[in-house]
Amino acid sequence: MTLIHETDFGTPPAGSAAMVRLTIDGASVSVPEATSILRAAMEAGVQIPKLCATDSLNAFGSCRVCLVEIEGRGGLPASCTTPVAPGIVVHTQTERLSAVRRGVMELYASDHPRDWFSDPKQGANELFQVAASVGLREVRYGSDGCTHGAAAKDESNPYFAFDPARCIVCSRYVRACEETQGTYALTIAGRGFDSRVSAGMEEGFLASECVSCGACVQACPTSALIEKSVIAQGMPEHSVVTTCAYCGVGCAFKAEMRGEQVVRMVPWKDGKANHGHSCIKGRFAWGYANHRDRILNPMVRAKITDPWREVSWAEAIAHTAAEFRRIQGKYGRGSVGGITSSRCTNEETFLVQKLVRAAFGNNNVDTCARVCHSPTGYGLKNTFGTSAGTQDFDSVDQADVMLVIGANPTDAHPVFASRMKRRLRAGAKLIVIDPRRIDLVRTPHVEAQYHLPIRPGTNVAVLDAIAHVIVTEGLVDEAFVRERCEGEAFRRWAEFVAEARNSPEAIGPVCGVDPGLIRAAARLYAAGPNSAIYYGLGVTEHSQGSTSVIALANLAMATGNIGREGVGVNPLRGQNNVQGSCDMGSFPHELSGYRHISDGATRALFEAAWKVPLDAEPGLRIPNMFDAAVDGSFMGLYIQGEDIVQSDPDTHHVTAGLAAMECVVVQDLFLNETAQFAHVFLPGSSFLEKDGTFTNAERRIQLVRRVMAPKNGYEDWEVTQMLAGALGYPMHYTHAREIMDEIARLTPTFAGVSFARLEELGSVQWPCNEQAPEGTPVMHMGGFVRGKGRFLITEYVPTDEKVGPRFPLLLTTGRILTQYNVGAQTRRTDNSLWHDEDLLEIHPQDAEDRGIREGDWVKLASRAGATSLRAKVTERVAPGVVYTTFHHPETQANVITTDYSDWATNCPEYKVTAVQVSPTNGPTEWQEHYSELGRATRRIAPASAAE
Amino acid sequence: MTRIFIPRDSAALACGADEVAEALAAQARARGLALEIVRNGSRGMFWLEPLVEVETPAGRIGYGPVAPEDVAGLIAAGFPAAPAHPLALGPVAEIAFLKRQTRFTFARCGLTDPLSLADYRAHGGYRGLARALSLGAAETVEEVVRSGLRGRGGAGFPTGVKWKTVREARGARKYVVCNADEGDSGTFADRMIMEGDPFALIEGMTIAAFATGAAKGYIYVRSEYPDAIAAMNAAIGLARGAGLLGPDVMAGGFAFDLEVRKGAGSYVCGEETAMLESLEGKRGMVRAKPPLPAHKGLFGQPSVINNLVSFASVPFILAEGAKAYADVGFGRSRGTMPIQLAGNIRHGGLYEIAFGVSLGELIDEVGGGTASGRPVRAVQAGGPLGAYFPRALFDTPYDYEAFAARDGLIGHGGLVVFDDTVDMARQARFAMEFCALESCGKCTPCRIGSVRGMEVMDRLIAGENRSANLALLRDLCNTMKWGSLCAMGGFTPYPVMSALTHFPEDFGPHSLPAAAE
Repeated sequence: MTLIHETDFGTPPAGSAAMVRLTIDGASVSVPEATSILRAAMEAGVQIPKLCATDSLNAFGSCRVCLVEIEGRGGLPASCTTPVAPGIVVHTQTERLSAVRRGVMELYASDHPRDWFSDPKQGANELFQVAASVGLREVRYGSDGCTHGAAAKDESNPYFAFDPARCIVCSRYVRACEETQGTYALTIAGRGFDSRVSAGMEEGFLASECVSCGACVQACPTSALIEKSVIAQGMPEHSVVTTCAYCGVGCAFKAEMRGEQVVRMVPWKDGKANHGHSCIKGRFAWGYANHRDRILNPMVRAKITDPWREVSWAEAIAHTAAEFRRIQGKYGRGSVGGITSSRCTNEETFLVQKLVRAAFGNNNVDTCARVCHSPTGYGLKNTFGTSAGTQDFDSVDQADVMLVIGANPTDAHPVFASRMKRRLRAGAKLIVIDPRRIDLVRTPHVEAQYHLPIRPGTNVAVLDAIAHVIVTEGLVDEAFVRERCEGEAFRRWAEFVAEARNSPEAIGPVCGVDPGLIRAAARLYAAGPNSAIYYGLGVTEHSQGSTSVIALANLAMATGNIGREGVGVNPLRGQNNVQGSCDMGSFPHELSGYRHISDGATRALFEAAWKVPLDAEPGLRIPNMFDAAVDGSFMGLYIQGEDIVQSDPDTHHVTAGLAAMECVVVQDLFLNETAQFAHVFLPGSSFLEKDGTFTNAERRIQLVRRVMAPKNGYEDWEVTQMLAGALGYPMHYTHAREIMDEIARLTPTFAGVSFARLEELGSVQWPCNEQAPEGTPVMHMGGFVRGKGRFLITEYVPTDEKVGPRFPLLLTTGRILTQYNVGAQTRRTDNSLWHDEDLLEIHPQDAEDRGIREGDWVKLASRAGATSLRAKVTERVAPGVVYTTFHHPETQANVITTDYSDWATNCPEYKVTAVQVSPTNGPTEWQEHYSELGRATRRIAPASAAE
Repeated sequence: MTRIFIPRDSAALACGADEVAEALAAQARARGLALEIVRNGSRGMFWLEPLVEVETPAGRIGYGPVAPEDVAGLIAAGFPAAPAHPLALGPVAEIAFLKRQTRFTFARCGLTDPLSLADYRAHGGYRGLARALSLGAAETVEEVVRSGLRGRGGAGFPTGVKWKTVREARGARKYVVCNADEGDSGTFADRMIMEGDPFALIEGMTIAAFATGAAKGYIYVRSEYPDAIAAMNAAIGLARGAGLLGPDVMAGGFAFDLEVRKGAGSYVCGEETAMLESLEGKRGMVRAKPPLPAHKGLFGQPSVINNLVSFASVPFILAEGAKAYADVGFGRSRGTMPIQLAGNIRHGGLYEIAFGVSLGELIDEVGGGTASGRPVRAVQAGGPLGAYFPRALFDTPYDYEAFAARDGLIGHGGLVVFDDTVDMARQARFAMEFCALESCGKCTPCRIGSVRGMEVMDRLIAGENRSANLALLRDLCNTMKWGSLCAMGGFTPYPVMSALTHFPEDFGPHSLPAAAE
């Protein structure tokens, strides 16, 4: 194995259809119009030395080593900034060019450390490579000249270091921060020889606005900016392409290794979801895989108050199987179940639901997608016919208007947010509907045309009002509706939204937004011509989550914004494999490919393949499992890779359910919060230690490749397989690819998917089958999957969670850039330097009313519970709204959230909780008790002599 | 009422023109003299500033240079008619320096009240725009092409061709941008127009806007010119009030308005693309070309960018016809050039003359040799990045091509004179130092090369390792000349190499011309 070297063509592709023919070094070359001479040469295999040019950034023309000669033109033009022209004759190697290039490199070398052997990048330092290629043999300027050798290093960022002495001021990092990431945190300070990279106002990387996406580090041609892991471990020697295990963007990375050690994760240029970009999480926050908290041996205990006892895999598996069979014997076949994880691979998820259905013999399987995007599945399936987003990410490049609702992409989907920002900087318009003034509302060179800061819980109302404007102002795309949608359903819907009670004037006071703003936003969305909707959990995690998704689908259909590039309804998925876990049949009522368990033909197909009868009745959903546990009818639960205690709503209800169970099995990397209530702990494997696939928010199936052996001994699917065997249902997979083969055999939308196909194509978007052998980037082209698009009435029903004298504020929750969900991974990395505790955002007015100042401890209470955390006074939230994140178990924001949930899917109403906030001195009694419980239940008994 | 003219030009102000005007006004009040003091522009004879002129039926009679303390004596001698006073110069138009000139562009400068539209019109103002309107946009561009006018900022690119490119370029908006970031040492032509005849610039830019289809113009003035900025702003206000700028210029059915922007205080901001960046509110960094500003200029739109003198030359060309302009000149350098004589020179000032006059004539006859009275040793032509000419090359005709043939440049028309006490090695070092000081830092040859150039020159001056350092200096100059992104680094080698070529004796006691080569 070797390091993967991607060809750097120097400048981005021109994207023109017209071709231009020219001559480069005697060879005739044909390239698209507007291509740079540099790229044309590189594509023809002619290497022109370069330093400031890289194909992810626009040409800059500062380094002056890519100069060429063009016959009939004076001077030595830079090939990066000079476009091709018909018939020109270019020479890339002449004596004159050599002299100038060598002269330039001699200048660079005169202000660069010459101890090449101490350079962290070694031979990969492009400066050294170019110096060698132009034949630089000596530096005649002496060593007593002015240099930057004494400039202070900036080592403030935990992940990378900046050494100005090794900086050649090519501006690649500055441009990467601007063009690729869109944060504009970096600049060049000073001028002339004094020019130097500055983070923010020369405040150092950590203190600046830098978001540590790593684009600058990647762009740096020398070792001025370099990962600290490379400094510590040395340059990697081989690499493996894999898929990030954080959010639903699904960035492809090269895991760059030394032996079995990861040295760094570098975004892969050919990754179709990220195109070589990354965020702090995927790029840097992978150290949790080696964290000392990681549990590598199976453990069991009789009671959750006992200390853990380390046992062999055989004993743990046998014990679990025996317990589940005992429970089923005592309480019935339906008394056990499993939870699949959106963090695990498709293959692992598929296997867990197969275990439940085939070996447990019931349908008590659910997944964490229940608590995030289940309404997406319901809403889009019932309107369009498919439980998935309609577009690929690249589609955003064709969007003229973006409607972002209930999503905070710059924090939760940073890599896609950078794509959005790039498109917005190029002139696309933006509507944001969100209670908070999220970063996207105003960020460098991007400003939303309209921000509708609605009261939490009024999504449906505002979307109905937007629909009202579209229908009553004649903005409906009538041809599209006539041709592509059910006429009668449209007519009923149009009549409904046209009612005066759905007008912006009537709705404005309900959602706390100026009616004029709603009208303007509606007109902009309808005007398009390409309008795309992007939404997140701020839409789904409501009592009317499914209704909101339907309302969005209605808008897209009414304005004809579906079925082509640049438009669509796009859920931004929270976790790496939410889409996949739903696709794989993780819900109690559905087999893979969203086919209902009650459908006899589908069941027969699976029964034949699995050689067991399947129950036709849907099983229990997650919240029902806890209810049943408290009732005494559900006693055993196998939880793979999910921390329901921290992530599910109404923590008291969850813990009561778990505490009532007789055998809780947790399979995870760490003793998470849920493990406190577990009787069996099965160590999990990280994404670096397994083969499989993840499916991202755009339905893109990508390979996860094993870069090191599982530290716990097994990939997660192997553990599931062992458990199935112990339960008397042997499985015989020898590799994850065989599981995918089975998925493909049993699932029409995956019929064309195999590991071999994925290796060949890089990735593929389902449906991938005979009709679409290369996959389907954009859905519903020409017709909806369900035939005609169906409008559904979306009556706004206010949530029962209402503010009142006791709980006068509305709490809404979300994510922050540096942390991820329950924080099990990110809290075990240096990301905590940025966010080491959850904070409560509160408007200055509400803070003043309560005598709360920035940084004060406050008690946050709802009817469900109370917790304490510190306050952050900010106008980002509107008066009457407070906001926090749920990354830290010490805070347990979900102690506050209630058991209200989406009417259709039970997706919890995380985003609306009536609360009161009051000053306090510190953690609540419950927090102290919980913290004590955590310590007690995490004890591990010393290994006995026998072991 | 006798009209008295006392310049408001910065050069005159620096010599005490305001104090002279005050003293004169005070004396007039005290003695009941009926004097109207007009604050005109400068005639460009700086050794005579403050030059006080008296309007008489026989033309303007000059006195100068007048110090405030001279005023009482002048009055005593009969001023406004004091022909016997030692400062009396007689008819101003007869002063040789002025009389020998061909004043097309500067015809009004020093003659009129700069902020009087009536005065401007009375002296031929706005005839050019009127003719342009009658010709139509396309024909106006052709007229400028036919005039042979070339960019007066330094590059000498044909102005009409540039306008044609912008006229034919497609863009949502177009802009006209005047480069008045006059940074070359020893130059002041731009400033003199802005302070002395601002409407000429406004008219020239308006014609450009009409010809190319632009509706908005910017004048980028260096921050060191506060008086010019004030004068331009006042003139723009007057023009707007008179309907000469605004939504319907001269009732000609097109809109154009102007805005003055203060420069960001860097020499390189006078480089056209860096100026665009600066105008856009960014750091003054040079942009790579292509795209040409004519295609993608200010805010990414097609833009006419010309030096101030180019714009100010246009009203004459339109008013008098391209032929009148093109009839004078030399070779491919048509029309006139306002040459600015500076440095160690006896008669410093602005001298507008048709191309073709020899360098020697300009220095020795027009300029009268050095101010110090010592022999002229070198002349730096075309600003700090221009070559040094020795006396041996004084036969060079003032013409773009002739100068280029001798590795020199006309630039913005500045000539800086040095006497025989100059150390040319130090001047070569200064060229590198200037480049290091003013480099934007974008491209490597300029950013690092200029600093290394200073260091190499220091070693040469110290007599270290002469032949090796001379070879290194030549290599460095070659790298900078061919490798630099813009003219800043690209032309820095010209003063260095010309000093080395023509004055090798200054580069070390042991040097011989042969060894230096």
